[in-house]
Amino acid sequence: MTKGSAKRPAHATWRRLKKNKIAIAGLFIVALYVACAIFAPHISPHDPTKQSLTNSFLAPSSGHLLGCDEFGRDILSRIIWGARISLLIQVSSVIVALLVGISLGALGGYYGGKLDELIMRFMDILLAFPGMLLALAIVAMLGPSVRNLIVAIGIYSVPQFARITRGAVLAVSANEYVLGAKAIGESDSSVIVRYVLPNALSPIIVQTTLRMATVLLTASGLGFLGLGVQPPNPEWGTMLSSARMYLRSAPHVAIFPGLAIMITVLGFNFLGDGLQDALNPRLKE
Amino acid sequence: MVKFIVRRLMLLIPVLIGVSVIAFLMLHLAPGDPAELLAGLEASAEDVAALRTRFGLDKPLFVQYFMFLKGLFDGSLVSLKYEMPAASVIFPRILNTLKLACASIVVAVAVGMIAGIVSAVRRHSLVDYVSTTLALLGVSMPVFWWGLILIMIFSVYLRWLPSGGMGGLRYLVLPAIVLGTASAGVIARMTRSNMMEVLKQDYITAAKAKGLPERLVIYRHALRNALIPTVTVVGLEFGYMLAGAVLTETVFSWPGVGRLIVDSILARDYPMVQASLVLVAGVFVLVNLGVDVLYVFLDPRIRYD
Repeated sequence: MTKGSAKRPAHATWRRLKKNKIAIAGLFIVALYVACAIFAPHISPHDPTKQSLTNSFLAPSSGHLLGCDEFGRDILSRIIWGARISLLIQVSSVIVALLVGISLGALGGYYGGKLDELIMRFMDILLAFPGMLLALAIVAMLGPSVRNLIVAIGIYSVPQFARITRGAVLAVSANEYVLGAKAIGESDSSVIVRYVLPNALSPIIVQTTLRMATVLLTASGLGFLGLGVQPPNPEWGTMLSSARMYLRSAPHVAIFPGLAIMITVLGFNFLGDGLQDALNPRLKE
Repeated sequence: MVKFIVRRLMLLIPVLIGVSVIAFLMLHLAPGDPAELLAGLEASAEDVAALRTRFGLDKPLFVQYFMFLKGLFDGSLVSLKYEMPAASVIFPRILNTLKLACASIVVAVAVGMIAGIVSAVRRHSLVDYVSTTLALLGVSMPVFWWGLILIMIFSVYLRWLPSGGMGGLRYLVLPAIVLGTASAGVIARMTRSNMMEVLKQDYITAAKAKGLPERLVIYRHALRNALIPTVTVVGLEFGYMLAGAVLTETVFSWPGVGRLIVDSILARDYPMVQASLVLVAGVFVLVNLGVDVLYVFLDPRIRYD
């Protein structure tokens, strides 16, 4: 590593990321998704909740590019507005998971001993509920609403962040600069925040990106089960849930929301894989 | 080895206690009075009072917890909807899910391993490019949508396969493909990277240098070592399938335990939800333990203390 790139690791990472075509494709998809979410009111061609019985099950046409659903609502507009709901759920629940997970993982990894043992055993308990089951159980308990969905998916993502942070903190803590900071009398909290965490950041960044993909799949899955965002809100999974009934007569109602989920998830996965390679250049063959 | 297994089983005890406490507390952490939650919206005051005594909700919390644990085993934890001991409703459902998971893991292993091996051997070829892209696509696809698409093609248009329900082998094909797809992607990615790692090792170079044919080097020397970590992934995926088949089971109306949990949540059948959570998590951690043991067994380099 040259002196310049060591000073600006973000630049070096970006240079490596730029060379990876798949990662850039991922970045493009994610940017498009975020743009849909932010500018939904300006770019959506129709009102996403306006019903029109004459348009029900309308096939894709020039007036309605992706057709209309059972209530004659424009599917393209619903998908664009759906990006807003999904992004809100993804970002908020990942922030919840990051705050709780990083704190727990950093505490455990830094102090070790009984505290570490306690925290990790608790994470084991949460991880004993496989897949989306934990999120399902929490939503079942609190009742389905956007806020509860964020809480549920946030909690369900905590163990991943706690484990990754703990591992990274353990690896970093033994370094001389950390021992040095301790020796000159920096407080524990300042050592953790100023010296340990910044150097443990790469695996957390990668995990955050990949987790956005998982969270979107889980949120839309809960929506599909009727336990996520409730209709008439245009969440992609919720849209698919009602489309199930009309597979024979109006397949387009089911095809497009699912494509939206798949492309967005793929975008986050492309970007996450690319970041992984760009942040750990030595790991790549 | 026996000592290792016993130690790991001991470690499971606090996890299982924690799981049962969380499942138990679900009813109490939910907003509102537990007895009213159980009775539902239209219940009269007498119904609520009757339920309160029936479930011992007037007793101290820790007494209730032990009643809950006891009820799991002796059948006194009764489903509100089925009016049967919760465990005896769950058991046949777990068997149905097991059947689906077994079929799916066969699909996932067959497709995933072949794709992963071919990718690693023909690295940076068109085949590798297509297979890694498909693997990522498999991981990124929402299972419920993939299920609907396959139903549209094979049940609605071609009329080759049933769109749902349980019966002969024909009913198993689509759900097994759907549930197996994501795992096939994970297994392919894992096999590819392990295989590439192994192909870089000195003993592979040595095997090639002594003039062994490429096929032999790959299948005799590389594959065996590359597959050890893959076995762990296969085991983990199987655990997830057993418990996480909710969406696939919903799409194909497969009467498994995941579907049972969702139906019980929608019907506010709390005892059923609590019991299924504990049993499913129990099965899941046991499968994981089995995977760990198998791993140590397969790779003598790993020490188990």
